[in-house]
Amino acid sequence: MLHTINTSPFESPAMEECIRFVQPGDPVLFIENGVYAVQNGNRFSDAIAALQKTSPVYALQPDLDARGISSVDAEVKGIGYDGFVDLVEAHQVNSWL
Amino acid sequence: MRGTALPGFSATILNSEKVKIGILLKEGPYNHQAADTAYKFAEAAIKKGHTVDAVFLYNDGVINATNLTDPPQDDRNIAARWSEMAKEHGVEILACIAASKRRGITDDLMIEGGSITGLGTLTDIAIRNDRLLTFGD
Repeated sequence: MLHTINTSPFESPAMEECIRFVQPGDPVLFIENGVYAVQNGNRFSDAIAALQKTSPVYALQPDLDARGISSVDAEVKGIGYDGFVDLVEAHQVNSWL
Repeated sequence: MRGTALPGFSATILNSEKVKIGILLKEGPYNHQAADTAYKFAEAAIKKGHTVDAVFLYNDGVINATNLTDPPQDDRNIAARWSEMAKEHGVEILACIAASKRRGITDDLMIEGGSITGLGTLTDIAIRNDRLLTFGD
């Protein structure tokens, strides 16, 4: 199952709640303000690194660009709306709000 | 058969299948990014040959479908582009009646291609589609 997170972990518990429920192999996609989670070297970077041991982590590149985030945590892949659609094609979706 | 390699994802998706997608949009236009994310996602999905069956508007989301909005010319017209998507690609734009009534939105204020319906329709959308995506907070 694909998990999308649209709120920043600095403002909402959505990411931490998601991490508690995510199954190994489930991709996690950060969109909108959620992309602040993967800005390189923030206080959630350890949580992102731990999550990446079992799940691929993506961030919506246009939302990174809109927020001036040019450096993301290692192995986090920036994808466009096309990539978002590909993930949705391959997985059921849970939108963490 | 098409193989799509997703970045950072070891598996390769073979036999790309077209999916039917329903969207739940819960925030108003120009107020929250959800209206833009939902639209851009729907646009990309349609471009890839998937079906976007319906966009269900709930809570402030119903404001996406009024014909009253008249943004500056150099700004995107969110209501108009939903209307165009409805007409060109058969996407149903459906506003919850209770949410609409609370906000003074009636049938005659709806964009072309949009209509007002009951919350039960959201259940139908969830049942009849392969995927349901929620945008909002």
